[in-house]
Amino acid sequence: MTTLLEVEDLRVAYGKIEAVKGISFSVEAGQVVTLIGTNGAGKTTTLRTLSGLLKPLAGKIMFDGQPLNGIPAHKIVALGLAHSPEGRHIFPRLTITENLQLGAYLRDDKAGIEKDIQRAYDLFPILGERRKQAAGTLSGGEQQMLAMGRALMSRPKLLMLDEPSMGLSPIMMQKIMQTISELKAQGTTILLVEQNAQAALSLADQGHVMEVGNIVLSGTGQDLLHDESVRKAYLGED
Amino acid sequence: MNELPQQLANGLILGAMYGLIAIGYTMVYGIVQLINFAHGEIFMVGGFGALTVSLWLPEGFSLLAAIPLMIIGGVICSVAVGTAAERFAYRPLRGAPRLAPLITAIGLSILLQQAIWKWYPEAKKDRTFPQFSGDPVHIFGADIQRGDFFLILAAPLCMVALAYYVNKTRTGRGMQATAQDPDTAKLMGINTDRIIVMAFAIGAAFAAVAAVGYGLHNGQVGFKMGFIMGLKAFTAAVLGGIGNIYGAMLGGIVLGVAEALATGYMADVPGMEQFGGGAWKDVWAFALLILVLLLRPQGLLGERVADRA
Repeated sequence: MTTLLEVEDLRVAYGKIEAVKGISFSVEAGQVVTLIGTNGAGKTTTLRTLSGLLKPLAGKIMFDGQPLNGIPAHKIVALGLAHSPEGRHIFPRLTITENLQLGAYLRDDKAGIEKDIQRAYDLFPILGERRKQAAGTLSGGEQQMLAMGRALMSRPKLLMLDEPSMGLSPIMMQKIMQTISELKAQGTTILLVEQNAQAALSLADQGHVMEVGNIVLSGTGQDLLHDESVRKAYLGED
Repeated sequence: MNELPQQLANGLILGAMYGLIAIGYTMVYGIVQLINFAHGEIFMVGGFGALTVSLWLPEGFSLLAAIPLMIIGGVICSVAVGTAAERFAYRPLRGAPRLAPLITAIGLSILLQQAIWKWYPEAKKDRTFPQFSGDPVHIFGADIQRGDFFLILAAPLCMVALAYYVNKTRTGRGMQATAQDPDTAKLMGINTDRIIVMAFAIGAAFAAVAAVGYGLHNGQVGFKMGFIMGLKAFTAAVLGGIGNIYGAMLGGIVLGVAEALATGYMADVPGMEQFGGGAWKDVWAFALLILVLLLRPQGLLGERVADRA
């Protein structure tokens, strides 16, 4: 297996407040790796730093054999790292098709883009039915589908999903998680940040538990799922 | 003399000018939420750029042939000043409290006015701008000065080109994305810094076209011309719904026509006799702004910003 992403002793701060305090982890090609933890653990900060929206204080990020430090966000996408942000952040006044086209902003192969848009519609039929609608009119779950579909449009080597199940109904959440396992089955490498630890761990190859800026526990998804401290803290068992 | 067709024609010509300048306010605001109060001066600099080109041309050179060259000269000057302002005055302040770039903009505006006043030859007084000779053309019951046909043609052409650019090109789409969500736009691979420069450049170019129209309409350009025109164009942008490019042109036209009608007819309204004529036109323009802001704060074509998930 080849290591796609390697994070070494990463530290990120907002002003003087350190949100990520020196974490290390890696993602192998073809794996699903999850970061779980409560609000404020530093999961979203980690992803935003990987995609270049935040500058790290210290540490090394290697992606596909290349250091990412100092590369601006808009160039990181070109290297094959796609980020579906927390809160979905679809472009509300553009149509669904236009949102998907923006996901392929750096691509020039018109036919390939068309094909991938069709693939997104196959993956999420509801998006196809509403393709001409402004994205802001979609429900939360549909917006999440669009955000995921849009991130896939760059044909990423690594797909980062930040809280894809946040604020969704149980049925919608199930649908999203099912899609993630479908993507996994197709061989997509995924870095998944989730508060829903149960769902995330059951489909992850590797998991890391974050607490106030540190990784406190790492293991395979199954190990963590059966770990007593994890069950107590994140899966709501006494 | 207060015929309706004539007043409407005057209003449309003035409104086209306001609208073209307003595009610059609205595009920059839409993308970086900055009111570029130096935009009036970017318009003024465009007028002087066009004037300079006309002075370089040999005696007897046809004005019609000179106009494209004058536009190029004006656009180069305006775009240079507009993009330099973005790079050196506004970009370092991105992320600073809103007041900082606003004050910078006002300072920049004074700087540009004074620079032209001091260093442009004989610019302490208004300078004569080339004029088309010949009588006004009579159409639809209105007499239109020959020079005003420039704006009548240029404004719709510019709007069609802009609509095409924003909706049909990749950078245009990137511009919409940046306006709606800059961080997420970066995640799509959009170089948002370049998009911001483009917004300033397009706004400046449109202001330069308006300045050529202004020169042809008024027969002169002056270092102070950007102040009131900039203020009116800003009003037009707010009137139409700031951030909306079609709103900017619509706001300009509404404002221009309202001014013209108030100038022409207010004196005929019983009890309002003393408020007629050109001296009061600014009062009516800004009264209209206040009225729109009270009744429709988001502007005529503005959207309520409530769709962020």
